[in-house]
Amino acid sequence: MSKYLFFISLLTAGLLYSCSSKEEKFPLPGRHDIVDGKTVYSSRNAKLPVLGNRDTVDGKLVHHRISDFEFIDQDSNKITNQTFKDKIYVVDVFFTSCPTICPKVKKQMLRIYDKYRADDRVSLISHSIDTRRDSVPRLKDYANKLEIDSEKWHLVTGDKEKIYDMADEYFLVALEDPSAEGGYDHSGTVILVDQNRMVRAYANGLIPEQIDRFMEDMDRLLLDNSIPE
Amino acid sequence: MNASQYLPGFCFCTLIMILSFVSCDYQPYKQGRNLYNFYCATCHMDDGSGLRGLYPPLAGADYLANHQENLACIIRYGLADTILVNQKMYNYAMPGVEELNDVQITNVINYINHAWGNDLQHVKVEDIKNALTGCQKDQSSGAD
Repeated sequence: MSKYLFFISLLTAGLLYSCSSKEEKFPLPGRHDIVDGKTVYSSRNAKLPVLGNRDTVDGKLVHHRISDFEFIDQDSNKITNQTFKDKIYVVDVFFTSCPTICPKVKKQMLRIYDKYRADDRVSLISHSIDTRRDSVPRLKDYANKLEIDSEKWHLVTGDKEKIYDMADEYFLVALEDPSAEGGYDHSGTVILVDQNRMVRAYANGLIPEQIDRFMEDMDRLLLDNSIPE
Repeated sequence: MNASQYLPGFCFCTLIMILSFVSCDYQPYKQGRNLYNFYCATCHMDDGSGLRGLYPPLAGADYLANHQENLACIIRYGLADTILVNQKMYNYAMPGVEELNDVQITNVINYINHAWGNDLQHVKVEDIKNALTGCQKDQSSGAD
């Protein structure tokens, strides 16, 4: 009898142990330190880095900045850098008939939209990369179904070359690929641009935990957009 | 032979069964879940919540409960109609997933019928085969 008891307790322990280690962990990008053997992500006061290439011009450090642009949003309004003057904004690329990652990224963009809905310092812009199908009315229909305010979140289209050039500036992948589902290949990354047109953070729009961190980065940028040494 | 000599063995087996059912986040529709997460969750989401007015929810959806007999056809051939789900209109076309066979469709339906708090019927592959004879590809165009 005691032999059975021994095996039963052993098996119980084994089963419980095998269940306890199921948690999946995704790596978080960016700044962290190891303190006392534990990973510690940088404090809320830390300044966000400026992403992208840097150059020295006339002895001065020059960071990567988003160049001038002009697109049309779901309300046929012209969207330029002026639209985002003194704002920080979140960017992604998508297309309305996207059968793959877009809806999941949009779900996360909606979390950001909902959190900063009443905060005029924050805007969102989604670039459609499908100039063939995504007309202004189609973007409008999509925006209506997402139930978003077009003053806050712009779904934009425009000149094809310019859209793809912009994606490069955001470090996002966007390309026409007949072999990809839906005809386009693109990344599900969202990026954060500051008041000075500099890219300050990014996250994988498919991973909610990364978007949690991304929103912390947004809060940090709203507190302090100065550039670290 | 004494019945009591089987008692420890009996207890042992019972315990193993109970443990394997309750301890490891018991999920009876594994293939259904995997297929759902691969083919369906991009729009309907991992938690069946859908996406606002674009893609309808499956969790707690009255349409799911009221159209059980159509599910197999919708999964295989898609749906182009405007539908009403929990008092909300949805009109984005759903593409079909023609690569799923009858058994796989059965597993997907059993998963969504029991996931996220849904408590709908358990379907058998015979029911699904029957349901699928009632629909053809040309009934809907799927997404463009």
